[in-house]
Amino acid sequence: MIYLQLFLEFFKIGLFTFGGGFAMIPLVEETVLKHTWLTETQFYNFIGVCESTPGPIAINMATYVGSVQGGVLGSILATLGVVLPSFLIILLVASVMRSLTETREFRGFIRGVQPVIAALILSTGLLLLAKAIGFSGLSAFAVNWVSIVIFALLLGIYFLLLKVWKKPSAIQLILLSAVLGIVVSLLFEVCGYGR
Amino acid sequence: MLELFWTFFKIGLFTFGGGYAMIATVREAVVQTKKWLTEDEFLEIIAIAESTPGPIAINMATYVGFKRRGVCGSAAATLGVVLPSMIIIFIISLFLDAFMANRFVAYAFRGIQCAVAFLITRAGWDMFRKVKRRPLPLISFGTVLLLMILFDLFAVQFSSVFFILIGGIIGIVAYALLEKTEVEK
Repeated sequence: MIYLQLFLEFFKIGLFTFGGGFAMIPLVEETVLKHTWLTETQFYNFIGVCESTPGPIAINMATYVGSVQGGVLGSILATLGVVLPSFLIILLVASVMRSLTETREFRGFIRGVQPVIAALILSTGLLLLAKAIGFSGLSAFAVNWVSIVIFALLLGIYFLLLKVWKKPSAIQLILLSAVLGIVVSLLFEVCGYGR
Repeated sequence: MLELFWTFFKIGLFTFGGGYAMIATVREAVVQTKKWLTEDEFLEIIAIAESTPGPIAINMATYVGFKRRGVCGSAAATLGVVLPSMIIIFIISLFLDAFMANRFVAYAFRGIQCAVAFLITRAGWDMFRKVKRRPLPLISFGTVLLLMILFDLFAVQFSSVFFILIGGIIGIVAYALLEKTEVEK
């Protein structure tokens, strides 16, 4: 049954993802947490992996979740699920419904969806940030100094690079953050603040 | 056919960082090197790929494949663009948990979490800046942002698919009304 579920859930994700890879992160997060297919930490660690491997985030996510839950067959079905809606819709648009994207209803729909997607992505990012620095619920706030220091350094270096060099790519940021993660964690450990 | 598959396989293999990075690579391969499409046709495809659901990479591969060789062509191109990431991620998925058990890897991922939070926030912010500065889009943006954060705080289960659908319906209605009231445009 897991196979059918993987296929259907990722089909739904493929159908409702407007506007590229980041737009699907909130949807995938909801789905994997609802079915307990991944923990929240596993999920966000994997986004880091996605950002540093080639290919669309959507495919990477589907393959990973499918593989963890259902092996080779699971990963094939989940990926097929996420690809199929766009494949079919594009075939329709390219063959018979050439003018679909020019209808008033379609344009209105896209315009209405845009601000919602922006809000979904932004809230996901902000909530993740809050969780990274130690906020995990209304009454559970344990400041995670390691992450705060990493984040401050990361932001500092990012804006410095932006000023003196050029906008660093996602992979460069991920690599930089990995180094910062190791260095800052070790420093905290040496000084006796490690957890 | 094999050429379609192979071209998109290479695109899938060498595109880091998601859909938008892919647009440049596809343009180079499809318009400049292979001359499968003209610049105008390519721009049209981007517009369609961006306004239909699903990853842009898949949309572009399907469309280019269809233009060249019909349904079989689109299947070949899509398979080509999907296969590299599938293979790479499948291999990673077998080792990731064992890999994470290493102390230094765990430390590195503590840092990577921060970068991921930053990248997602930045993507959302960039998208917000493209939202039209009109009352209605700003209201739906603000409402969804507020509700998402409140739902998370109070652990309310609510599928964001509904937000997307409601936003879309509001858009259709608003667009229809707007055209009626706005005589000149």
